[in-house]
Amino acid sequence: MSMAIDLATVWAFIIAFAIFVYVVMDGFDLGLGILFPLFPAKRDRDTVMNSVAPVWDGNETWLVLGGGGLMAAFPLAYSVLMPALYTPMIAMLIGLIFRGVAFEFRWRTQSERNRWDIAFAGGSWLAAFAQGIALGAILQGVHVQGRHYAGGWWDWLTPFSILTGVSLVIGYALLGATWLVLKTEGALRERAYHLCWYLLFAMLSAIGAVSIATPFLHIQYAQRWFTWPNVALTAPVPIAVASIIALLLRALSNKQDAQPFPLALCLFALSYAGLGISMYPYVVPQSITIWQAAAPESSQLFMLVGVAILVPLILGYTAWAYWVFRGKVRGGYH
Amino acid sequence: MDLARAQFAFTMSFHIVFPAFSIGLASYLAVLEARWLLTGREVFLNLFNYWLKIFAVGFGMGVVSGIVMSYQFGTNWSVFADKTGAVIGPLMAYEVLTAFFLEAGFLGVMLFGLTRVGPRLHFLATLMVAIGTLISAFWILSANSWMQTPVGYAVNADGQFVPDSWLRLIFNPSFPYRLVHMVLASYLTTALVVGAVGAFHLLRDQHLAGPRVMFSMAMWMATLVAPIQIIAGDQHGLNTLAHQPVKIMGMEGHYQSHPDGAPLILFGLPDQREGRVKYALEIPRMGSLILKHSPDAPMAGLDTVPRENWPPVPITFWSFRIMVGMGFLIFGLGLFSLWCRWRGTLAQSRMLHVFALLMGPAGFIAVLAGWITTETGRQPFTVYGLLRTTDSVSPLAAPAVGSSLVAFVIVYFVVFAAGVIYLLRLMAQPPHPGESGPPRNMPTRTSGITPVVEGIAQ
Repeated sequence: MSMAIDLATVWAFIIAFAIFVYVVMDGFDLGLGILFPLFPAKRDRDTVMNSVAPVWDGNETWLVLGGGGLMAAFPLAYSVLMPALYTPMIAMLIGLIFRGVAFEFRWRTQSERNRWDIAFAGGSWLAAFAQGIALGAILQGVHVQGRHYAGGWWDWLTPFSILTGVSLVIGYALLGATWLVLKTEGALRERAYHLCWYLLFAMLSAIGAVSIATPFLHIQYAQRWFTWPNVALTAPVPIAVASIIALLLRALSNKQDAQPFPLALCLFALSYAGLGISMYPYVVPQSITIWQAAAPESSQLFMLVGVAILVPLILGYTAWAYWVFRGKVRGGYH
Repeated sequence: MDLARAQFAFTMSFHIVFPAFSIGLASYLAVLEARWLLTGREVFLNLFNYWLKIFAVGFGMGVVSGIVMSYQFGTNWSVFADKTGAVIGPLMAYEVLTAFFLEAGFLGVMLFGLTRVGPRLHFLATLMVAIGTLISAFWILSANSWMQTPVGYAVNADGQFVPDSWLRLIFNPSFPYRLVHMVLASYLTTALVVGAVGAFHLLRDQHLAGPRVMFSMAMWMATLVAPIQIIAGDQHGLNTLAHQPVKIMGMEGHYQSHPDGAPLILFGLPDQREGRVKYALEIPRMGSLILKHSPDAPMAGLDTVPRENWPPVPITFWSFRIMVGMGFLIFGLGLFSLWCRWRGTLAQSRMLHVFALLMGPAGFIAVLAGWITTETGRQPFTVYGLLRTTDSVSPLAAPAVGSSLVAFVIVYFVVFAAGVIYLLRLMAQPPHPGESGPPRNMPTRTSGITPVVEGIAQ
C-alpha cells in the first residue's frame, strides 16, 4: 500500500509539472495572440508571430501530455473532470484550432491574412479564458456521485470561474509582453515595456482577488492556509511573491531585456504552487483524492519508466531548439 | 449516444487523413534531403523545400485535429476512459513522450533552421520528425489494435481493465498486421499525391526537372508497394478471420452460413433487417478459397451470431469494397507506369499523367474506407467482445453533445476547407529553381541558386 501511495504522489507531481510547463510555455505564445490586436502593423505582427513560430508546436504538446497523462495515471479523475468541464474544454479546443492553423495559414494568403490574424487573436483569447474558467471550476469543486460526474450543464459558470478566466488571460498577456521584451527590438520593444507595466498591475490585482476569494470557497482551503502548523509552510509563498514583484519592477525600470520574462515565469510558478497547496491531495477538490483516482500500480510504474528516461531527453532537445532560435528576432525582412 | 458517436466519427475521419499524409510525406522529405546531401543536385533541394511548405500546412492541421481527439475520450466517452484508461492511457502517454515531442521539438528546426544549424544537423532534424511520425503510428495502432483484439489484461473490482502483461498487451494479435497495413497505406497515399502533382505539371510542360523527378519517384513507390500492400492486406484479413470472425462476415456480407464453401460476393445490397444480400453478384466457393485457402471449407455466417452483436453490415460491406477497389486501381497505375518507364515514355505519356492525376485522392479514399471497415466491423463494441459502445459513453445531456457537434462541424469545414485550398494552391505551382523553404514575411524571390541562405533565416 505504501508503494501505491508513493507512486500516486509521484504521478501527481508529474502531471502537475506537465501542466505547469504547458501553462508557462503555451502561456507566453497564447499571450502573444492576446496582445495581437494591440499591434496592428503587419510588420510588427510578422515579428511577433516569428518569435514563436519555431517552438509553439512543442509548447502545445505539453497540453496533450497533461491530458493524456491524467487519463493514464488518474483515469477516474479524467472521466469525472472532462464531462464536468465539457463546455470550457470544447471552447478551448476550438480556440486552439483557430490559432494553431493561423500560424501556417496567414503566410499562405494575401487577401485573407486579416481573417487569420483575427482567428489567431480570437482563438488565443478563447483558449486562455476557457482554461482559466476550467481552473476555477475545478477549484470550486464538482458534484460527484459514485464514479460519475453528477452536476449540471452550467455548473462551471460562476463569478469565481469568470474571475479565474480573466486572471489567466491577464497572466498570459503578461508572459507574452515580457517575451516580446526579450525577443524584439526598437519601437516594438518599447511598446512591450509599456504594456508590461499595465499588465503587471492587472496581474497583481488578479492574484490578490483570487487569493482572497479562494478561502471562501471551502473551509478546507482556509484551514490549509491559515492554521498552525501549515502557516509555516504557506507563509513563504506570499513573501516570495512580494520579492519577485520587487525584482520585476526594478527590471522594468532599468530596462534589462533578459530579466522580465524569467521573473514573470517565477510569478507563475509561485501562483501555481499556491494552487497546489490548496488542492493537495485532491485531484477533484473535496471529492476524489489522488489515491482514489490512481490507475493500478502496474500502469503507473510502466509509465514512470518512460517519464524518467524521456522527459529529461525532451527537455534537452526542446532547450536545444530554443537555443537554435535564440536572440532577438529581426523586425521586417529576415 | 448517437450524437457522441457521430461527433467522434466526424472528428476522427477528419483527423485520420492528415497523419496518413504526414507519415508518408515526412519519410519522403527525409529521402529527398538525403539524396540532396549525397548527390548535391539542386533539384532535390528544390523538391525538399517545395514539399516542406506543403508538409507544414498539413502537419498543422493534423496537430490541431489530434489535440481534439485526445480530449474527446474524456468529454464524450468518459466511461470508456474510466474503464480502459489504465490500459489505453499509458500507450497514448508513450505516444506523446516518444513521438509527439520528437516531432514538435525538431519541426521548428526542420522548417526554419537550415541556415542556423547547417545541412547535417538539419538532416538529423528531418530524420527525427520522420521517425517521430512512425513511432506515433506504432503506439496509436497498438492502442487501437488492443481494442480490437484485447489480450494481456485483467478486470478489477471496479470493472476497470488493468494491465497484466504489457508485452502481450502492446504486441496484441492484430497489431503487427494493422501497423504494416497502415504505414504502407500512408506511403502509398503520399506517393499518389506526389505523383498527381508531378503529373499535373508534366501535362503542362514535360521538361520541368522537378516534376519529372517527383513523378518518377512516386511511380516507383506505387509499382513496388501496391503489390506488397495487397499481400499485407490479405494477411491482415486472415488475422481478422482468426480473431474477429464476425467482422469478416460483415465485410463479406455473409449473413448465411455456408457448410460446403462460401461464395465471394462481389457486389450486392446487404439488407440488415432481412439478413441477406439482395441482388448479389457472386463467385461460388471463391470466398472459402481466399479466406481458408480451400474451396470447400465451411464458413459460419451471421446467422450463428445473436442479432444484437451484428455489425452494421451495409457500411462495412461497402467501405471494404471501396478500399479494395482503390487498392487494385493503385496496383494498375503502378503496372502502367512500369510499362511506360520500360518504353521510355514516363515523362511523356499523357494517358499515364491523366490517370495519375485522377488517382491523386485515391489513397485518402482507401484509408478512410479501410478505417470505416475496421471500425464499423467491430461494432457494437469499443473493446471487442467486452465493452459495448452503448456502455462507454459520457453521462451527458444530448443538447450538450449536439451543440458541440454542430460547433465542430462548422469549425472543421471553415478551417479545413481553407487549409485544403491553400494546399492545392501550393501544389498548383510547379517547383522552380531556387525554391525557398516555408517563408516568413514572404520575401521577394532571391536571385541565383543559393536558396539555402534565403527565407528561413531570422
